[in-house]
Amino acid sequence: MEIVRPGSTGHSHGAGIPIQTRNERLRSANPAEHNAVSKTDEQWRYLDAEALGGLDSALLGNAIDSIQTQGPAAIERVDATDSDFGRAGLPEDVATANGWAAATTALKITVSGEQSEPTTVSIANPGKHSAAHLIIKSEAFARGVVVLDHTGDASIAETVEILVGDESELTVISLQDWSESAVHTSAQFARIGRNAKLKHIVVSLGGKTVRISPTAEFTAPGGEVELLGTYFAGEKQFLEHRSYVDHAVANCKSRVTYKGALQGDGARTVWVGDVLIRQAAEGTDTYELNRNLLLTDGARADSVPNLEIETGEIEGAGHASASGRFDDEHLFYLQARGINPLDAKRLVVRGFLNEVIQQIGIESLEARLNESIEAELARSNN
Amino acid sequence: MALLQIKNLHVSVETEQGPKAILRGVDLTIRSGETHAIMGPNGSGKSTLAYTIAGHPKYTVTEGEILLDGENVLEMSVDERARAGLFLAMQYPVEIPGVTVSNFLRTAKTAIAGEAPAIRGWVGEVREAMSNLKMDSDFTERNVNEGFSGGEKKRHEILQLELLKPKFAVLDETDSGLDVDALRIVSEGVNRAKDANGFGVLLITHYTRILNYIKPDFVHVFVAGKIAEEGGPELAARLEAEGYDRYVNA
Ligand SMILES: Nc1ncnc2c1ncn2[C@@H]1O[C@H](COP(=O)(O)OP(=O)(O)OP(=O)(O)O)[C@@H](O)[C@H]1O
Ligand SMILES: [Mg+2]
Repeated sequence: MEIVRPGSTGHSHGAGIPIQTRNERLRSANPAEHNAVSKTDEQWRYLDAEALGGLDSALLGNAIDSIQTQGPAAIERVDATDSDFGRAGLPEDVATANGWAAATTALKITVSGEQSEPTTVSIANPGKHSAAHLIIKSEAFARGVVVLDHTGDASIAETVEILVGDESELTVISLQDWSESAVHTSAQFARIGRNAKLKHIVVSLGGKTVRISPTAEFTAPGGEVELLGTYFAGEKQFLEHRSYVDHAVANCKSRVTYKGALQGDGARTVWVGDVLIRQAAEGTDTYELNRNLLLTDGARADSVPNLEIETGEIEGAGHASASGRFDDEHLFYLQARGINPLDAKRLVVRGFLNEVIQQIGIESLEARLNESIEAELARSNN
Repeated sequence: MALLQIKNLHVSVETEQGPKAILRGVDLTIRSGETHAIMGPNGSGKSTLAYTIAGHPKYTVTEGEILLDGENVLEMSVDERARAGLFLAMQYPVEIPGVTVSNFLRTAKTAIAGEAPAIRGWVGEVREAMSNLKMDSDFTERNVNEGFSGGEKKRHEILQLELLKPKFAVLDETDSGLDVDALRIVSEGVNRAKDANGFGVLLITHYTRILNYIKPDFVHVFVAGKIAEEGGPELAARLEAEGYDRYVNA
């Protein structure tokens, strides 16, 4: 087996943290079985335990009553007796397990037939020390879009299970448009059926501490997954995204594209992109990319692609990761063409993040997110 | 008729050893429609003059003034200078991540004209200017200068000159790194833009080659941070034959 890890400083794993292949990670619904949050654990190495505001240890309450839905998908409440409950994945970290244990009733959103209108799930002000469990399911041959719209204030440990039925095409958009002090962890497990397509888009703009972990597991050949993400961290904001694609079977395709901007003192982002190509996954085609744009000093972006390849018989596997600065020379060039400094920054950030935003395909939503980005830009503009 | 006056300009840069004087009293007056060539050895301060006119923050003016139609340019920000009609084609244009050429050109045009250009006419204008400069139309969808070859970056600078229609254009070694065909194409671009808009040109170069295409009215020899000699086009020919020895050793 070959583990490809970029060796450059800032990207490599630090000393003392054991390298573990991704499928060896513990999966359990029981919080007691998970390690406590600690910087020596690869999963938590970038985040302070306090930043979680107790999501890993406090008694949490199910936020299901505060969730509103709108749109064509069928909505129901289910518990662990439902055959889809826990089918897409089990918690891989203590905060997710803690939320799972609290949210014993889940909200199930089922997409059937052809749904051209999106279904919006609004998670607005769910409260402190809350938990949520959502199950999004597309039936065989169905098409639809589900938007998870996180707004207001909260500390919430969330699980989203995504079951993409055979031959179906599902888009799931998770927006983190929280107010300033929110704390949010969200493990989003997707299970991809035969010839099924998932487009998963994460947009993280608000919140104090946000940690989204989208996972996609192929279960039959012909599956396609696009994991897209964009984030904009302002002063003292911590935004972490950990994607994982498990190529467990042959002839599936995955693309991971995450792009982020950072501005202000203490703006902090982390992207960890794991891809595992198992022995059986011949004909795999995968590529992952992360780019970060640092707009000011005092911001820091970590970018860690991990590609584990257990078979040589693949179509293609690659990764790219780069963090660049918007510096005085860029600003000078744009200003020398008459563009004022704020517009220059706007131009660069919008252009940079738009690649992902425009994939959303819902005009009103794109406009709202662009406004949030504008507001963020104007905030700590110097 | 526009007028750009540079009077007794002294400029320094900040170094680890403290400020270092680079320009030591430059006097230069350019009128609309005139072409002034500046030639001089490496490190004599030609780019410093160009950047100082554009307002690059690295350079500090310690003495003297720059006036555009009597207005104090040194009090203007970089973008104000551009909107007032000054244009600098850079020796080393930077790559701008995430911004496509088409988006960049439209934003710059809007900033300089004070209003967005009418979409249909604008697209046609860009297309025509690009085709004149033998630039492939798919450049518009690429990020500004990203992965452009040296020559492509220079064409892109002149494309902007054609579209933004300034009062004065400073061209800093626009001819360096161009092959013979590109040199002709780019020179024709400058001439075409100049014929259309009648701007004044300050052309910084090391080679008389470009002066066969863009005919200078005046040639200035730039040595050690100031103008050492001025003349007509014949001065360029003499420099090519004799080099700068007589000035440097003077
Ligand atoms: N930060 C700096 N520290 C020290 N010296 C500097 C600094 N920046 C510029 N200089 C010096 O200023 C002088 C003028 O530089 P400038 O780029 O204006 O020259 P130039 O005439 O354009 O040269 P070339 O023909 O090579 O383009 C050079 O000697 C250069 O080394
Ligand atoms: Mg120079």
